[in-house]
Amino acid sequence: MDLASILLGGLAAGMVLFVVSVGLSVTMGLMGFVNLAHGGFAMLGGYAVVLAMRHWGLPFSAALAFGFAAIAALSVLLERTLYARLYRATELDQVLFTIGLVFVMIASVTLVVGPESQRVVLPAWLDGQTDLGFLRYRTYSLALIGAGTALMLALWLGFERTRTGARIRAAVDNRRMAESLGVDVGRLFTLTFALGSGLAAVGGGLGAEILGLDPQYPLRYLAYFLIVVAVGGLGRVTGVFCAALLIGVLDFTLKIYFPKGGTMFIYALTLALLLARPQGLFGRKGA
Amino acid sequence: MAGAPLPAARELARRHRLQWWEALPWAAGLAAFFLFPNYLAFGTQVLVTILFALSLDLVLGYAGIVTLGHAAFFGAGAYTVGMLAAHAGWTEPLSGLLAAALVAGLLGLVSGWILLRTHGLTLLMLTLCTMALLEQAANMFSEFTGGFDGMPGLSFKAIFGQFEFDVLYFRTQYLYALAVLFLGFAVVRVLVYSPFGRSLTGIRENLLRMHAVGAPVRARQVLVYAISAALAGVAGAVFVQATGYVNLAVLGLERAAGVLIILILGGYGRLYGAFAGALAYMLLEHTLSKAYPTAWQLGLGLTLMLVALFARNGIFGLADALRRRWSAR
Amino acid sequence: MSETLLETRSLCKSFGALEVARRIDFRLQAGARHALIGPNGAGKTTFVNLLTGVLAPSSGRVLLDGEDVTRLAPARRVKRGIARTFQINQLFRGLTVLENVCIAVAERMGAGGGMLRPAGRRTEVVAEAARLIALLQLEADAGRRVGELPYGRQRLVEIAIALGLQPRVLLLDEPAAGIPSAESHILLAAIAALPADIAVLIIEHDMDLVFRFAERITVLVGGAVFAEGAPAEIAANREVREVYLGSALDA
Repeated sequence: MDLASILLGGLAAGMVLFVVSVGLSVTMGLMGFVNLAHGGFAMLGGYAVVLAMRHWGLPFSAALAFGFAAIAALSVLLERTLYARLYRATELDQVLFTIGLVFVMIASVTLVVGPESQRVVLPAWLDGQTDLGFLRYRTYSLALIGAGTALMLALWLGFERTRTGARIRAAVDNRRMAESLGVDVGRLFTLTFALGSGLAAVGGGLGAEILGLDPQYPLRYLAYFLIVVAVGGLGRVTGVFCAALLIGVLDFTLKIYFPKGGTMFIYALTLALLLARPQGLFGRKGA
Repeated sequence: MAGAPLPAARELARRHRLQWWEALPWAAGLAAFFLFPNYLAFGTQVLVTILFALSLDLVLGYAGIVTLGHAAFFGAGAYTVGMLAAHAGWTEPLSGLLAAALVAGLLGLVSGWILLRTHGLTLLMLTLCTMALLEQAANMFSEFTGGFDGMPGLSFKAIFGQFEFDVLYFRTQYLYALAVLFLGFAVVRVLVYSPFGRSLTGIRENLLRMHAVGAPVRARQVLVYAISAALAGVAGAVFVQATGYVNLAVLGLERAAGVLIILILGGYGRLYGAFAGALAYMLLEHTLSKAYPTAWQLGLGLTLMLVALFARNGIFGLADALRRRWSAR
Repeated sequence: MSETLLETRSLCKSFGALEVARRIDFRLQAGARHALIGPNGAGKTTFVNLLTGVLAPSSGRVLLDGEDVTRLAPARRVKRGIARTFQINQLFRGLTVLENVCIAVAERMGAGGGMLRPAGRRTEVVAEAARLIALLQLEADAGRRVGELPYGRQRLVEIAIALGLQPRVLLLDEPAAGIPSAESHILLAAIAALPADIAVLIIEHDMDLVFRFAERITVLVGGAVFAEGAPAEIAANREVREVYLGSALDA
């Protein structure tokens, strides 16, 4: 496989990581809540997309929109009834709760749908290959790269240019200060939680071709999401974008050249990085 | 001026004394040997898990260090004994235990010294990464470790040259594990009631204050981390010696998460929480997870959520709360 | 001339553009009874944080007993003889009063790291802790968990811990805050009973306490030393009255 193909493949995988992880980064930055169940929302979203396409005959894009809406709604329900009780709890309790939630999600999907891997049938316009001039590559992967970049730009604009975005950034940097300035951090958090979970759902459905889709998905990729968030910095959209692409390309490349020990390198790199800069590559010190 | 000693001081001086009911778990352990001769293999697993959970309790329940990667030390001890037996022909069990403790303890010392500079989520991540790193390394260097399949069929010499390992009924293994657990527990108990142990509680309760009384906080944390790692390593070593088999699962997230769940269920920061939690968890797992794995996962998940929301101190904590409610009437 | 125990030279601290300590030159002699006053936000607690090492200065030096401790971690400074109480209690809320004080005393005696003998059996530690508890009239609460005590009594535990460290320099950050007036005499008695040769610096807003206790007062405004002198001088200083004392004195 030549360099360009590897790069594109890694970027595509990285994009999926970005779409799923960006929500986690913002909610952790905003509320300091360790949500290990975030991958579960991605998985549920993927299943929602697959089932909507299979049983209701929805086209791919509509199914993605449905997945976003359904999982966002579910996450709001969970956040208001359960998560909110643990905002002041210790890290350990948050870790326990979210691990428990992930188990419940995995078991529920296994019971209702079954343990088999699910296939997403891509629409015709995403199938096949596209000619870029210097290279022919999978249309789907190229579309992923495009969509991920567009999302990053949209989020970046949203954070930098809108009032809500400014409020979110302020609350991430200094929650007490933002609260004393009249920002309703609770409602902000529900909003970002819904958005983040919805995006994760889209990532789950969009990326099913690359990352696969089965009940074990949340645990299998948990480390990746956490690494992307830790390296990219909490609440930093551009940081998470770069970190996701970096991890995506690295992992893709390593899996090809060092199938046995490749992942080891990623863990070692993360270790070294977090030791040198606990706030991540792009995070702020003292967060 | 020497007045009458404070009642609180007298109580403090007595706190470490053995209570009568502390003999119960050991009596039960011995009784089980006679009452359940066909379940001693399972019993040995429970004993090993209790020792592992105790080691985690030192770090988590007393020092307040939240780690998801403690299986790294269990695995280090396990592989030390396994590799010594398979490649160096070193099958004497007691010295194997010592070697495992040394290797795991050293690993704990070094990783603790490096990692405990951080805290919170970063620390959690780093402990996960360290464990995953070891797991991948074990996978990669398969000539030494047996890779994914591990090293089955290890056999060990008799203890003291007298007591052969009993592959069929696990009689020797069980009593061996019980004895090692007893010693390990004794170490943990002495440590917990010592000034060192109290200072760990101080570190957990108020880090800022501990610094402000001049305590060498980081040194204490690293030290308890290393001691805990050594104990976890011993547990891993007994595991391999008893079953004759080591593979990647000793280093896996499942084992690390499992022992964390056990401590939570039983109650952390209290020595016997490990006992209650391990027994309860493993009994349930043994009966349910084989028959209905999905239902087991669902039930476990729900239990964790409920515990995190309502019963943060586990079984013992609930009992405590109920006792307080009852005596307040 | 008694020896200078604690000294700062040109101590500065800024957070970005915000200067919270401006070239503070400060001296504390052995046996000093010194008060630090100033309006809210003047940087008094920041100054104590700089003295104890919780905050690192942007420039300038902190000297303890003539030795430069500017780079020394807080725990090491405590070992060299400087102790403080916090503006908001920092206690081990889940432990009893006795245990709280014992931890401090054990660290001071170098017994904090002992692994063999049970903590409760270290009679020297427990006896000394009991003495301090009696001094602050906390005997009735000695066996109760600190978290269960009313705030005012917790404040006294905070003082007991600081005393348990047997410091040569004692920094008290608003010690009277939160102590009901009915019990403030306990605090005053404890302060009065402090060994004559230790240096004591109190941050306070309670002017009554300040003028009864202090032999010397420093006024901090906007992170800089505004005025310094004997209580009578400070009370008579018109600028100080305008900036800060004003109604507090007339009341």
